[in-house]
Amino acid sequence: MTLLSWSRIVAILKKEFIQMRRDRMTFATMIGIPVMQLIMFGFAVNTDPRHLPTALIDRDHSTFSRSIVKAVENSTFMDIDYRPSHQATAEKLIKEGDVNFIIVIPENFSRDLVRGQRPQILVIADATDPSAASGALNSFDKIVNSGLRRDLSGNLSYLAVGPPLVNVVLQRRYNPAGITQYNIVPGLLGIILAMTMSMMTAVAITRENERGTMENLLAMPVRPLEMMIGKIMPYVLIGYAQVFVVLLAAKFVFNIPLIGSLLLLIAVSTLYIIVNLMFGFLFSTVARTQMQALQLTFFLLMPQILLSGFMFPFLGMPKWAQYIGDALPATYYMRLVRGIVLKGATAVELMSNIWPLVLMMIIIGALAIFRYRQTLD
Amino acid sequence: MMAAEMVIDVRGLTKIFDGRKVVDNFDLRVPKGSVYGFLGPNGSGKTTTIRMVCGLLIPDSGSGSCLGWDVLTQSENIKKKVGYMTQKFSLWEDLTIRENLNFVARVYDVPDLEHRVAETLEHLGLSARAHQLAGSLSGGWKQQLALAACMIHDPELLLLDEPTSGVDPKARREFWDNIHELADRGVTILVSTHYMDEAIQCDYIAYIAYGHKLIDAPYAEIISQVGLYTWRVEGAGLSQIARKLKENPQVEQVTRFGTALHVSGQDEAALQAAIAPWRDNPELHWYQQESGLEEAFIHLMNTTEDNFQ
Ligand SMILES: Nc1ncnc2c1ncn2[C@@H]1O[C@H](COP(=O)(O)OP(=O)(O)OP(=O)(O)O)[C@@H](O)[C@H]1O
Ligand SMILES: [Mg+2]
Repeated sequence: MTLLSWSRIVAILKKEFIQMRRDRMTFATMIGIPVMQLIMFGFAVNTDPRHLPTALIDRDHSTFSRSIVKAVENSTFMDIDYRPSHQATAEKLIKEGDVNFIIVIPENFSRDLVRGQRPQILVIADATDPSAASGALNSFDKIVNSGLRRDLSGNLSYLAVGPPLVNVVLQRRYNPAGITQYNIVPGLLGIILAMTMSMMTAVAITRENERGTMENLLAMPVRPLEMMIGKIMPYVLIGYAQVFVVLLAAKFVFNIPLIGSLLLLIAVSTLYIIVNLMFGFLFSTVARTQMQALQLTFFLLMPQILLSGFMFPFLGMPKWAQYIGDALPATYYMRLVRGIVLKGATAVELMSNIWPLVLMMIIIGALAIFRYRQTLD
Repeated sequence: MMAAEMVIDVRGLTKIFDGRKVVDNFDLRVPKGSVYGFLGPNGSGKTTTIRMVCGLLIPDSGSGSCLGWDVLTQSENIKKKVGYMTQKFSLWEDLTIRENLNFVARVYDVPDLEHRVAETLEHLGLSARAHQLAGSLSGGWKQQLALAACMIHDPELLLLDEPTSGVDPKARREFWDNIHELADRGVTILVSTHYMDEAIQCDYIAYIAYGHKLIDAPYAEIISQVGLYTWRVEGAGLSQIARKLKENPQVEQVTRFGTALHVSGQDEAALQAAIAPWRDNPELHWYQQESGLEEAFIHLMNTTEDNFQ
């Protein structure tokens, strides 16, 4: 072959290798992203969620109710983390997303059981995320009945055979039909904003570096805060447009009802948009080129998709993954949007998810301003 | 430098990049209303020095004032009164000419903005093309636009980093006329350039090489300070003479100027001895003359290269 010159190929090859090595950030992402994905998909992501937090209201206080609790916990599907004495407390827990299930064992449960009257057990499930609820709900009946049978002995052993002892009544809250879109579409809003907002500010600033216009900007009497506000504001408007489009689609395409306050939704969205824009601003103080800015936003985006409760039930993830999730703005926004849209939660009820975003806004904003260089050094 | 008010007065400016002193212990005193030429070979630290003066780079050591404000702590104030034209085009290529000027004027809070921008466009002769994207201008026009933009807020000090590179002769002449007009009105101008015909338009010249200032004097005193002697010869067979002279260690520079040759050296007597073999040739005309700036600066570079590189 005379058409191909080996030395020319080698020349290009060498040049590419040198450039690859120089671009440390790309190099780091090429190694870092697979590692991150391995960890997140391999360990954190759990499509068969277990140990979901559950509130138990035991109005019977009998050996039988204790058998049930034991059986439920042994199944590892649910962890009885709360034992509220009032229904209202339990309702609050499920609305704020602290528990996925409420189990109610009624009064006179054991009396009716012994009489063979098949007493009812009520299981209320937070069905906003249908996949989180399904595993536990599908096997709940069996777990309870076989758990009770095991503990029946002596003169009650006649109950151990025959038809199911209890009647499990399921109540799916917030998304009774178990429609996946109810969960995905509001969550998608958080992901769309996370992706576009931080990317756009980061790119808008690194673009000035790349094109050399930063030198001109820095030579002008522009203060860092003026720069930040000026760079962020236009994208807040774009963020609103995105919120608007998703909400319209949710209502008219997916028929998802908006139960809570639209105003509250807009307010928390504004907060979330600003947090993401500030992340973008912070990235721009680290990245030198637009490419690096994109890589950094991607680095933040991935855990936000996988560990925020968007794709997989948050409470079903291992504890360490939940801790990472706790540091991500999307985690709180997911709960806020789902809480407002599907559960009709109020600002007061959602406070525990609002203040972390406010805190992030302050910390990330301060960090970005602190890191922002007013010189070319 | 008399008791004139100093617009730039910095001492011991030093900038280190990757362990290398790019600007070393640099002093600069620029009197109000003067045109200060800043010369030096590529990579000598001109841009770096200008950036330190206007607060774009923090010096590793040194101190001083610019327009009466501290260069280290009050760059906020300095920036408002300085017009800085970067060496590389740094306006926004995706904005139109008018949008660029509007932006700059707005950032500096220029009063009567619209009028000022229209005036600038008029002056540039770009009124008809105000809607053209700045990125689509030719190189020289970009340069002129950048120059106009950095003057739009009537700065008291202009820092111009090679403002005329790539600009045609007519526009350059207009530029220099403009500079002298501004200086007459009390504006101070520090301008870096590689062109000798521009250097001679300056009131003062500072020459920097390898981060060190080699000379800093009023224009008229430069040549005598450098101490270089030059002979000019006209006639036939110059190429051969040039080749021979270049071999002589006493002759430092041999330069061709059209039909003439300039022969320069530091030692007056040795230079005379070097040219002696051709002095009596009737076909050649020898004159002793004052060395030019270019010769002086090349001499400065030759004598410093060994010390600093
Ligand atoms: N950000 C930087 N990082 C590292 N080195 C730098 C940086 N900026 C400039 N330098 C180095 O500092 C030296 C002086 O550069 P500077 O741009 O000041 O030269 P200059 O006199 O303006 O040259 P020119 O006439 O080519 O414009 C050069 O050797 C350059 O490589
Ligand atoms: Mg330069």
